[in-house]
Amino acid sequence: MATKSNFNPKQLSFLAVLRVLMGWYFLYEGIVKFLDPNWSSYAYLMNSHGLLKNVWLALAENASLLKAVDFLNTWGLIAIGLGLILGCLSKVASLSGVILVLLYYVSYPPTVASQNFHLTSDHVLWVDKNLIFAVVLMVLYFVPTSQFIGFDRLLFKHKNSING
Amino acid sequence: MDNNQKKYNRRDIIKTLATVPVLGAFAYGLSEKLQYREEQTYRIADDLGLNLYDDPDPVSSGSDRVIRIGIIGSGIRGRQLLEAAGFAHPDVLKDWASSAERNSDDTRFQDYLSQDDLQIEITAVCDIFDIHADYALLASANAKKGIAKDSLNIKAKRYQNYRDLINASDVDAVIIATPDHWHAQMAMDAAKAGKHIYVEKGLTRTVEEAYALRNVIKQSNVVLQLGHQGRQTASFRKAKQLIDKNILGKISLIEVCTNRNDPNGAWVYPIHPDANPQTVDWKQFIEPTNAHPFSLERFFRWRCWWDYGTGLGGDLLTHEYDAINQVLGLGIPHSAVASGGVYFFKDGREVPDVYHAVFEYPERDLTFMYSASLANDNYRGKVIMGHDATMRMENRLEIFPDRGSTQYRKQLEAGLIRPEEAMITYEPGRNTVDAYTSATEKYFASRGLLYTHVKGKRVNTAHLHIKEWLECIRMNRQPSCNIDQAFEEAITAHMATIAYREDRKVFWDAEKEQVI
Repeated sequence: MATKSNFNPKQLSFLAVLRVLMGWYFLYEGIVKFLDPNWSSYAYLMNSHGLLKNVWLALAENASLLKAVDFLNTWGLIAIGLGLILGCLSKVASLSGVILVLLYYVSYPPTVASQNFHLTSDHVLWVDKNLIFAVVLMVLYFVPTSQFIGFDRLLFKHKNSING
Repeated sequence: MDNNQKKYNRRDIIKTLATVPVLGAFAYGLSEKLQYREEQTYRIADDLGLNLYDDPDPVSSGSDRVIRIGIIGSGIRGRQLLEAAGFAHPDVLKDWASSAERNSDDTRFQDYLSQDDLQIEITAVCDIFDIHADYALLASANAKKGIAKDSLNIKAKRYQNYRDLINASDVDAVIIATPDHWHAQMAMDAAKAGKHIYVEKGLTRTVEEAYALRNVIKQSNVVLQLGHQGRQTASFRKAKQLIDKNILGKISLIEVCTNRNDPNGAWVYPIHPDANPQTVDWKQFIEPTNAHPFSLERFFRWRCWWDYGTGLGGDLLTHEYDAINQVLGLGIPHSAVASGGVYFFKDGREVPDVYHAVFEYPERDLTFMYSASLANDNYRGKVIMGHDATMRMENRLEIFPDRGSTQYRKQLEAGLIRPEEAMITYEPGRNTVDAYTSATEKYFASRGLLYTHVKGKRVNTAHLHIKEWLECIRMNRQPSCNIDQAFEEAITAHMATIAYREDRKVFWDAEKEQVI
């Protein structure tokens, strides 16, 4: 693990800001779902028209699986959000985030034929928010700013000291 | 640890914790947001002290006494009732299962499999068309909900004449799903034999039959349920609760409708290729009505002739009326007028395909209107109009405040509620799923009215209606659509039929209990 960066302090700082803002977005999405007792991924899964449509339908139609999906989605979003904001295990958080938003992306792919307006008011074709988020998170994965600003600085230093 | 800790300088600590204040800002923003939302959200249901999702527990006798059923009439509706009772024909299940494999939105098969076991046996079948009787016999043997015909062991007995079925010692109760002209006679004979009765709507073909049947049932100890499965629709029950709390204000007008636009919806049912004078007992078919030479058209499309039914009045007005009667307890109207004509299906039928009836309830200060077309599919729902609000009543209930409302004037003036937006929406099943996204609402709204929700589970209303009847038999109680409700349904519909056929205003003398 590199402890020195090729980025100058300004570049690193703004990448860290980007990381924190991404974290904020995830955390709020998760918290909103956590606070709403009526929230469920049911409609989202049932209305999916993407690649995994049949998998989602099967999940939605099974009450206990649906509960598990709801739990994983809500707490996944919260954990990823906290990880990115605090810079705590943020490589894991970034990669988990990439997987999650790519699942969203394939569930509602912005194809030529798709009409996403019933869920969002975005006008999109092929590239949408989810895809951009996935790429941003990949950037954050490859540039782990948390080892300079964030809890990972402490974690990895600790690790280094043990190793050393 | 001491050694490690010494390695952290102040710079490390600051950079490690640099983003922690962001969480503080997040928490602050979140609490501001929640507070703002609380201030902005006006829930009139809370204001009015309504608990919208308080599903009552279904009626249950706690008894597992098996009730032995005889079915009389196993045509289109008879088969549907067999399915609702847990005796679907294997071919139907095969179709549903393969359809569900192709289209995961088709949940008929899964819904059927998860239907409760009603603890009944079908021990007797009577149909005057051999093919229909054979079909019902196979269905009656399929209690295990299988899709293979060959392995079924038929135990039910077929009867050529319903009187023999009614008098059979292994029949406790009968389901009557024959054409309307037979309902009264069969139900009276069944009651006299001490057999409980589930009879399809409309209750009778004539006014006189309605009086006679009511007398016989009142003098018997049998449990009669009229087949208005809308009695089980959760939203109709909820509508009654809301209206009882005066949410709509004074109700002065109710509008209900039927719009269908296909031959099947206009009773041009298919004529079975194997039907002929050898396989159809025509003599028995016309026994309680005017004589007519053998006619396959009349046998299969009987709703089109006054000899066997009352057209839109008995078939569809009754459903709409019973839904409203259930909610408002309207009873029999003071007067009825009706109009319409055979405007589209000029196929030799006698009953109108466009038909309207207006009923007056001066004691309730309201008018109840029914309007129907069998030649146009434009959707018109049930609308209950009050001084303070309008209720649209289907599987989903919506209540819109009225611009001129007195009760809601303050909320309207403050902009908390708007006439064009539903101030209360009730959607059974919704409490178990996403409550906010419009996609869900669309998803449920697009569903038919054959189903309701019990504790969040989708259930066939006819299944619930038969179940209620059976549980009432076990508990010796009156079901929701008993002879009193049934009598009101019959007289109301007949008043409109008489008004149409005799082209006059028809009155109900409540004291003498006479149609005049």
